Amino acid sequence: MFKRLDNSTQGRVNVTINGQPVQVPEGETVAAVVLVLDLPYTRTTPVSGAPRAPFCLMGVCYECLMVIDGKANQRACMEQVREGMRIECQQGTGGSRS
Amino acid sequence: MKQHYQLAVIGAGPAGLAAATLAAERGVEVAVFDEQAAPGGQIYRAMESIPQHRAGQLGDEYQRGRKMVSAFRASRAKYFSETQVWSLNGRRELGLVRHQQAHMVTADQVVIASGAMERPVPFPGWTLPGVMNAGAGQILFKAHGIVPDDGVVLAGSGPLLLLLAWQYLHAGVGVKALLDVTPMMNHLHALPGLPRALLAGHYITKGLGYKRDLKRAGISTLHNVRSLRAQGKDTLQSVSFLHNGREQKLETSVLLVHFGVIPHTQLSRVAGCRHVWSDSQLCWRPVLDEWGRSSVDGILIAGDGGGIGGARSAEHAGRLAAMQALYELGAMASDAQQRLARNDRKWMREELHIRPFLEAFFRISDDMLQVTDDDTVVCRCEEVNAGQIRAAVADGHRDSNQVKFLTRCGMGPCQGRQCGEAVSHIVAVASGKAVQDIGHYRERPPVNPLTLGQLAGLHPEEAE
Repeated sequence: MFKRLDNSTQGRVNVTINGQPVQVPEGETVAAVVLVLDLPYTRTTPVSGAPRAPFCLMGVCYECLMVIDGKANQRACMEQVREGMRIECQQGTGGSRS
Repeated sequence: MKQHYQLAVIGAGPAGLAAATLAAERGVEVAVFDEQAAPGGQIYRAMESIPQHRAGQLGDEYQRGRKMVSAFRASRAKYFSETQVWSLNGRRELGLVRHQQAHMVTADQVVIASGAMERPVPFPGWTLPGVMNAGAGQILFKAHGIVPDDGVVLAGSGPLLLLLAWQYLHAGVGVKALLDVTPMMNHLHALPGLPRALLAGHYITKGLGYKRDLKRAGISTLHNVRSLRAQGKDTLQSVSFLHNGREQKLETSVLLVHFGVIPHTQLSRVAGCRHVWSDSQLCWRPVLDEWGRSSVDGILIAGDGGGIGGARSAEHAGRLAAMQALYELGAMASDAQQRLARNDRKWMREELHIRPFLEAFFRISDDMLQVTDDDTVVCRCEEVNAGQIRAAVADGHRDSNQVKFLTRCGMGPCQGRQCGEAVSHIVAVASGKAVQDIGHYRERPPVNPLTLGQLAGLHPEEAE
C-alpha cells in the first residue's frame, strides 16, 4: 500500500507488531510503520467490529488507536517508535485482551 | 514546567511560532504547548529533520518555514513538545498532559494557534482502511519519505489536492487519477472574486503551473465528478463515481481525499469564545477583532484556527496577537503597537486577496455536505449514519446537541471533530433551518481523552 522512498538501514529500532519482531526506522511514527507494513487494519470498532486504519495522521480523527506497550487507545500517529516497543492492533475498546 | 506564565501559546505552526518568537524577543515569559514532536505545525512539519532533496520536492513555500523555526529556536520561549491541551477556560487555566503526566498551568494571556484540519466530508465507504485524507498522504511524505504505491487515486477539491498530486509526480509516484468533485457552476460563482484574487496572482500562477505539469505528465484528471464511493469488503478495493453522467470504476488500494480545510475550534469553543457560521468557508469560526481578540478576556486566536487564511497570513496574525498580548501585559505601548502592526496588517490583507475566489471556486457541493445517502457513516467513532440522524430530526430533535444526546453521534474518542460540521448540515436541511441556527456541539473538557490515572496524578495544588 505504502513504500519508503529511501530504504537506508541507518538508525533502526526493534519493535514487535502483534508479537512479530520487526526492525523499523528510528523517528517514524507507529502509524507510518504499520502503513508501510501493510497491516489489513489497526483497530476494530467497539460498535460493529468493523476494521479501521489511520485516516488523518495529525491527531484529530482518533481512527488509529492501537495498544502500545500494553496501553490501549494510543494514537499511533502521535507516537514515535522506540526500541523494544510492543505494538498491537486494538480490538474494540481495547479493554479486554483477545 | 512552571505553574504560571505571562503568555501561553497553544500550537507551534506558523501563527504560534510567530506569536511566541515576537513576545519572547520583547522579554515576556512565554510557554508554547504543541502536540507534535517538533515545531512547524502541519504546514512546515519535519522542517528540522527533513533531508534536503525531499524538502526540494515539496516546493518553495515549504522552505519558508525554515527561518520561522530557527528564529523560534533562538528565542527564549519555553517549548513543550508532545503536549496536549485538554482544557482551557475563561480564567485562562490550561489542562495539559505531557508524557502521560497531567498538569494545570495558568497564563495572563493566551494565544490559541490550533490551526486547521481537513474538512471531514462523509461519503460511502470513507471508513474503509485504504481511504485517507490527502493531508495524511502529505504528512507521510514530509515527515517520513513515505509514498503510496503506484496506482493511488486522489479525489476531492482544493489547492492541497493539486499540490499533493504535483509533489507525487516529482517523487515518481504513479497517480492513477485525480478526481475533481468541484461543481462546474463554481467557476461562474468564483468570477466576481477573480479581480481581487489577481492581486495575489502568484498563487494562481503556481496553481496553473501545477495543472500544466500534471497534464504534461499525462495524469488523468476528471472534472465534475459526482457520487464518489469507496468500495471493498474489509479494505479498499475500488472507487466508483459518476463522470459526465457515466458510471465509472477504478481499482485501487489507496484513495486520498481532500475537501478543503476548516479551523480546529475545539479549544476556542471549550473556552467559551463566541463562534459564528461562515457561509463562504462553510465552517464555524470564532468572532475576532483586528488583533485576534476573542469574546473571552485574555484569549486571542491567531492563524487558521480563527478562520482559514493560509500559512503566510497566519504568520502575520500570530504577530498581531502577540502585539496585543504585549500591550495587555504592559510590555508594549499603544503607539508602538500600532506602528509595529502596520506592515503585518498590510501583508496580511494582501495574503487574503485570494481567499474569496478560492472559497467560491473550491466550494463543496451541497449534495456532499448534506450526506444524501442514508447508509453513510457520519460519526466514525460511534458509527452513526446519516439516516439515523435524519430519523432523530424527524422525531423532533432540532439541533446538533439534541441529536448527539439521542444517537451518541459525536460522543466517541474524537469528540465530534470528524462529524460536527456534517451533523450541522444534515440537521439544518432536515429541519428546514439555516446552519447557523442549528449550532455546533457544546464542547466540554476534556477535549481529548484523558485516563483516570492521568487525572488522579495531577499534583494536589495544581488541581486546586
